[in-house]
Amino acid sequence: MSFPFSTVTTPSPRITAEDRWKSLRIVSRGDVVYRIVLTAVALVLPAVLVALTLELVVNAWPAIKAFGPGFFTHSTWDPVASRFGALPLIVGTLYSSLVAMLIAVPLALGVAIFLTEFAPRPLRRPVATLVELLAAIPSVIYGLWGIFVLLPLLRDMIWPVVGPALSWLPIFQGVFYGPSVLAGGIILAIMVLPYVAAVSREVLLAVPPAQREAALALGATRWEAVWTVILPYGRTGIAGAVMLGLGRAVGETMAVTMVIGNRHEISASLIQPGYTIAAAIANEFAEASSAMHLSALFYVGLVLFLVTVTVNALARLLVWRVARGSAVGSAAI
Amino acid sequence: MRISRRLVGAFMTGATYTAALLAILPLAAIFGMLVAKGAGSIDWAFFTRSSVPLGETGGGFAHAIAGTLIIVGLACAIGVPVGVGIGIYLAEFGAGRLGWVVRFVADILNGTPSIVIGIFAWTWLVKPMGTFSALAGGAALSVILMPIVARTTEEMVRLVPNSLREAALALGYPRWRTSLQIVARTAGAGIVTGVLVAMARVAGETAPLLFTALGNQYFSTRLTGPMAALPLQIYVYAVGPYEEWRRQAWAGALVLILLVLSLGIAARWVTRGKRAGG
Repeated sequence: MSFPFSTVTTPSPRITAEDRWKSLRIVSRGDVVYRIVLTAVALVLPAVLVALTLELVVNAWPAIKAFGPGFFTHSTWDPVASRFGALPLIVGTLYSSLVAMLIAVPLALGVAIFLTEFAPRPLRRPVATLVELLAAIPSVIYGLWGIFVLLPLLRDMIWPVVGPALSWLPIFQGVFYGPSVLAGGIILAIMVLPYVAAVSREVLLAVPPAQREAALALGATRWEAVWTVILPYGRTGIAGAVMLGLGRAVGETMAVTMVIGNRHEISASLIQPGYTIAAAIANEFAEASSAMHLSALFYVGLVLFLVTVTVNALARLLVWRVARGSAVGSAAI
Repeated sequence: MRISRRLVGAFMTGATYTAALLAILPLAAIFGMLVAKGAGSIDWAFFTRSSVPLGETGGGFAHAIAGTLIIVGLACAIGVPVGVGIGIYLAEFGAGRLGWVVRFVADILNGTPSIVIGIFAWTWLVKPMGTFSALAGGAALSVILMPIVARTTEEMVRLVPNSLREAALALGYPRWRTSLQIVARTAGAGIVTGVLVAMARVAGETAPLLFTALGNQYFSTRLTGPMAALPLQIYVYAVGPYEEWRRQAWAGALVLILLVLSLGIAARWVTRGKRAGG
């Protein structure tokens, strides 16, 4: 750090748990037992993660052996003929998540900037609480609202107005019945917005005030301070926030299942029905018609799991660099 | 200062106000609909009667409400002791590499899709037992609950002033009694907050219950058999073709959101005046 003002905010040395005990090295047998028991309990989570991974791999194995990598390039999903290709599910999952992120990220960043920079002080807490409240609404309620409010709204009021102007675009081809990738994307956007907004807000709050003050002192407007100094300073954490939101969007099940249309087809059109991995598992798992069908569902489940683990691991590492070790994200609930 | 720079600033300030409004709009729309469509269908029978066969009217959600309470209770019975233990471990001994791993795994599990946790519970409990059960549902929810409880507990225990520890140790308490009776107890309200927040989260989960608790049209308290739950019942009724079902789905959704909100409010109330979790 070569800027003279960046030394203003030297972090105070962090007291670790070991330091707390260091001055008092009295060890009783009870202490040894206590530590062993707690360590054993703490190992439950890693054990669950390992068991979960193994269970998915073992159950998916017949499908992995039967279909191999071709599973990801074929688009036939035929339980009767026992032929399974997951391309429509993977494309549908990515497509709906992409739509969700395109809507949610700008909005969430806007909310985060509003809450940290522009909002009048008395408004900050209530607005932050209201946005966080979105994360408290159960998925199935989003789905219910999606079926009976969002779908009719899109189909009967919005599409008749904007549709004729847009229908020449390849992403708006076909007849719009309601259940669609677009509807799934919108519902997902509303659902991930509070997470992205809450983590981005924490990241922006962690930007040292001296950075902002320096920009303002150089004559920047408040927006220019945000755009040229604060956002670049927080970009690692914001990238983490976006990844966190993406992880949520990819794995979200119920609300998407209820509005996306659930059809094993690939379409470039946003207004056509699609399917996601999570939705396919939700719909077909309990009624899987054969062992291979079940195994194929485990296979896509494994793919979903690995994708979310990767995305979340990246997100945590990015966010931890800003807010070390804090339980960011759970704060959004 | 050039006018255009001011204009851009004013425009973008306005844009962030708009973003905040757009974010709150769905919240208002959802709550508005829940009250408008659900409130009229909530009466005494809704809480005292279970589903009735098609064609009859006047059934209720008693079985689903009871089921949710039982399944969430099971999840707490399994997940809270473990989660709190992990949290205390992380705060007291978690500075090393294992602490880092556990913290990381907790956050990974927290981000794992709940449907995947549902199939995990299916392979471990439903398949060996040969039947869908409330127990499997509770176990699935406990996997979601544990990381949340662990991380909030850790934060709360960290907030306990070190002087309290030193005082207890100076009086001759061994570390384990200091940790449990002084530190954990001081953090007690915060830990309860974490548990309530986690309960609010799992009470609304549907996906992990689809192939564990399965759902049930009848009132049942048998832990080893299929059991109804509010989110499951709302799902079945929402996608069903009958007007009567939809009416009840809205009412069920209103009850569910009120349950989730009261858990959330209770969580804030427990630590009123203090720093809330996270």
